[in-house]
Order: sequence, then structure tokens, then C-alpha cells
Amino acid sequence: MVVSVIETNGLTKRYPRVTALDGLTIDIQPGVTGLVGANGAGKSTLIKILLGLAPATEGTASVLGLDSAAQGETIRAQVGYMPEHDCLPPDVSATEFVVHMACMSGLPRTAARERTADTLRHVGLYEERYRPMGGYSTGMKQRVKLAQALVHDPKLVLLDEPTNGLDPVGRDEMLGLIRRIHSDFGISVLVTSHLLRELERTSDHIVVIDGGRLLRSQTTASFVEATASLAVEVTDSDAHPDGTAALRTALAAAGVETVTTPGRQIHLEITDESVYDVVRDAVVELGLGLVRMERGRHEIAEVFRSRGAEDAADQAADVSNAEVTR
Amino acid sequence: MSTGTDARIHNIGYRNYTGERLGISYARRALFTHSLRGSFGLGRSARSKVLPMGLFAIMMAPAVVMVAIAAFVGLDELPIEYTSYALFMQPIVGLYVALAAPQMVSLDLRFKVTPLYFSRPIERRDYVVAKYAALCCAIFLFVALPLVLAYVGGLLADLGFAEQTRGFAQGMALSVLFALLHAALALWVASLTPRRGFGVAAVIGVLTIPYFAVTALQAVAYEQGSENAVGWIGLFSPGSLIDGIQSSFLDGRSGYPYEQTPTDGAGFALLAMAILVTVVCYLLLGRRYRKAGL
Repeated sequence: MVVSVIETNGLTKRYPRVTALDGLTIDIQPGVTGLVGANGAGKSTLIKILLGLAPATEGTASVLGLDSAAQGETIRAQVGYMPEHDCLPPDVSATEFVVHMACMSGLPRTAARERTADTLRHVGLYEERYRPMGGYSTGMKQRVKLAQALVHDPKLVLLDEPTNGLDPVGRDEMLGLIRRIHSDFGISVLVTSHLLRELERTSDHIVVIDGGRLLRSQTTASFVEATASLAVEVTDSDAHPDGTAALRTALAAAGVETVTTPGRQIHLEITDESVYDVVRDAVVELGLGLVRMERGRHEIAEVFRSRGAEDAADQAADVSNAEVTR
Repeated sequence: MSTGTDARIHNIGYRNYTGERLGISYARRALFTHSLRGSFGLGRSARSKVLPMGLFAIMMAPAVVMVAIAAFVGLDELPIEYTSYALFMQPIVGLYVALAAPQMVSLDLRFKVTPLYFSRPIERRDYVVAKYAALCCAIFLFVALPLVLAYVGGLLADLGFAEQTRGFAQGMALSVLFALLHAALALWVASLTPRRGFGVAAVIGVLTIPYFAVTALQAVAYEQGSENAVGWIGLFSPGSLIDGIQSSFLDGRSGYPYEQTPTDGAGFALLAMAILVTVVCYLLLGRRYRKAGL
């Protein structure tokens, strides 16, 4: 039997005015696990308790089979943590900083130097590692933050919003790196994000919490199946002055249920693979230009709401559009 | 075709670390060393080195001059006593303390490095201990190294071994007390703000404003004919505490107005006050970090 990486049982944390965690019971296996939750859902509190930095009001938590309440020190020696916020002093070089952090995790000086060189190379930081970090781009800073969490070769890393503030390319690279942490380095990962789609791409398993409670915990595959949607956008033509409406009618005739957003996008459920073909055929038949056809992006909020017109807001901020033009 | 050489680039992939992992006391030492080096700008950018190193050079200058004069002119004692050196150079020492303390804690708060420390095995009290020890050590080095130079120079200039050694030992004792008191006070003040500038200003304020007030009051008290009150008034600033202690217990010349030495009772009160301030500030510092988290 595989030992759970993280296990909580009825975990509750009450502060004088708020309840951050409310009877949370989760069981996380080795691999990459996505932890999804809006701000204030209890993600940070959970991490704090897991590392043994705050006592739980009720319930128990264990990390790598160790009790968080009693064995915090041992847990922290075997776990890496990458915070969401900036945590790098600007007037120190990446090498100097990561070596120091390795020593703080108990690595002897020479080993710390070797591990630092290795780790910085693995996260993709080369010559710039000798320069003060104040001049780094966001992408480089995120890499250093990741390196300091990996430098002591932990068994588990906790990554808090690692893609925050990155551009689409940086985001892709970071997600690839996270995937490699498990596949190549053999380290289990718990990664938090409020963007469900990102986690779909990297995680084996997804846990959704809200208001300190467990909302869902399932494998990524089943998650995607349950929530996949398609966004379609078409041009107008002389024959169809309102292309969007025409397509909706055609799709409705083919038995596909759709919703239109103010941005003229049509959203529909991907019930099975044939939906793509139905859309393509409908567009061709009407002689419209297909501007966009992409898998819908889910933000955490979508999991909570019933899908409907409200989704429009979530689409507005989309960053990685796979645009299809005529 | 092969060129016949075996030179190739291998991607050796990720290697797990199987070497030894040292415990908390090692991590605490690592933090101590890192902080101590940082307080002199070592391991940081060139710009961070300018001020501490510059101040240190100024601090050393009188000792160098003193030794040179003693050697060439042939004095029979050094112009500045060992116990008065830090007090004579108080503005420079104060400035250094005001720079070093925020450097040690405000930067960690401002750039949020503390969560990285606390996500590692060390506890919050280990962090406080390491930082306090590092600042004590930094201030001690800053204050005591000129004395070492003066002592060595004094011996080479044949100023009399017994007398010099006695004065040097007293100077060292005062330096320890000076470092313990100032480190606790300055570190606590600096830990209250993540802004380094505020930290510097606050520490300078805490060190100088009470000192000027105390000195003024002491002068007034003396003029009014109550000489005995002078020592008691000295209780209320770190600088006058140290001054009173060195003149009461370490044969130093008093820096109080009109070179008034505190009475015996006031002397003990000054020592007790110095210890009390050190302990209270240290406890407050610990309290400041008790709830620090991620």
C-alpha cells in the first residue's frame, strides 16, 4: 500500500472571527495534486497546519506519515515550500541566496553549493544566477523561488500559486517544470491555483476546497470530463447578417444546447468527441468564418456556480487563445 | 565519421541528495554566520558594503592615530582610555547600530524572507536567538577591534604591560555589555517595521533623543547643587547607562557633565537597569516573532 503524502481528518481551524477550515478530510497520494480554491478558501491555513506552524483547532493532519502537530520539525526537513508572494532580497545573487537556504535546511556547505548549482540548472537559470536578484524578471524570480524549495531534495513540495504574474510562455514553462518535478525528480507536488485549466494540464488529481470545506476530490481525467465546455466564435456573412444567431439555430437543430455570451461567443457542453464535428459541419454549411474554437477555461468560480450566463465574466480574462482564422 | 575524441555532453538528469543532513543547531549557526556577514555587507552587493565598511574605517582611525602618536611622541599612556573609546565614538557606533539592526531583521520582513525560514526546520525562537547573537557579535567586533589594535600598538610602543592589559580587559568587558544592551534594544525597535528607513531613523532616535535629554537634565541637576541626582538621571538612556557603568565599576573617567561619577547606589542601579533593558527588549523581540507565519 502506498503511504499517503498528505492526510487530514476532520481538520478544523477557527480564528476569533473566521473559520478558515471546517472539518476538512482529504487524502492525497503521491503524484501531482492540484489544490483549487478561491482567495480565502483556506489554502494558506491548510499549508500552515501541514508544516506544523499553526495548531489545528480540531482534527488531525499528517504529512508523509508524520503528525503535523507533533513532528513539524521533521516534516519541514522533508518538505519544500514555495510561497505565493515575493520572498527574494534584491541585493543578493540567486546562488548566494539558494546556498543559504540549503544550509538552513541542514545541508553542509559544500553539498549546499553543489545542490544549488544543480537545482538552478534544472529550473533553467544559468549565467544570471550570479547577479543580484533585484534585476530579475518575474519568470526568473519564480524559478529561484522554486529552486529554493527543491534545493534540499524534499519528498514533497508545496507550491503556492507558482504561475502568478507570468506571461503565457512563462506559464507554460512553469507548468512543464512542475510536471517534471514529479516525473523526472520523483518528488510529489501539491500545487495551488485558482485557475482550474492550469491544474488540469499538470495534475494527476484535483482537490477543490471552498470556505474551508472539501468540495470535490477526484482524478483530473474525471474532472475534465465533467466540466469541459467549448467556446465558439464566428463571423457574419451577407447571407447571415447575424452569424452567431444563425449558428445557434443550426446547432439547436443538431441537438446541441448552447448559451451565448455578450461577447458573441457561443458556449456548449462537450458531451462527447462528435460535438467538434457537429460544430465544424454547421459552420461550413452556413458559410461563416470560424474565428475561435477552444476548450472553455474554467476558473474556480465555475465549479461552484451552475453554468450559465455568468460564465461570460470568466472568459474575458482569457490569456491563451487558440485562435482559428479563415 | 567519428572525430576520435570521447568528449560529449551528458545530461545526467536529476540526482537525489543522499548525503548527511545536519540538525537545527547547524541551521542556527548558518543563520548566525549569514546575518553577521550581512551586517558588514559581505555576500551582498558592493553598495551594501560601503556604509558599514566606511563607518568601521572611521571607527578604527582614532586608534591608529593614537598608537602612532604614542609610538613616535613617546606618551606613557594612550590619550583615550579603553573604556571611553566606544563612548567617545558614540555617534559612529550609534550610526552603525542603526544600520546593522534593520539590515538584520527589516529586510527579512520587507522582502518576506521569514516565511522561507519558518518553512524550514528551525523554530521562531531559533531565528530570534541567531539574529540577536549575530547583532551582538557585529556590534562587539565593531567596538572591540579598535581596542585590540590600540592594545597591540600600545604594547609595541612599550606603554607598560600590566596597566595596558588591565585597561584592555576592562574595555573588553564594557564592549560585551555595550553590545548586549544595544543589540537587544536596536533589534527590537528594528523588528517593528519592515521599512528599513524607518528602522534606521527609529534606532537613531531611541539612542540619541533620551541621551541628549538625560545629559541636559544632568547638567541642570548639577547646577542646582544636587550632584547625587546626576547618576540616577543616567538611568534613562542607553548611552548614559554604559557611561555610568564604566565610571562606577571599570575605573573609567565619567562622561557625565562635570565628570560627575555616580554614587555607589546609582552605579548598581545603572547596572541593574542595563540588564533589565536587555532582557525586556529580548523578550519583546521573541514576542514579536511568536506569531510570525508564512
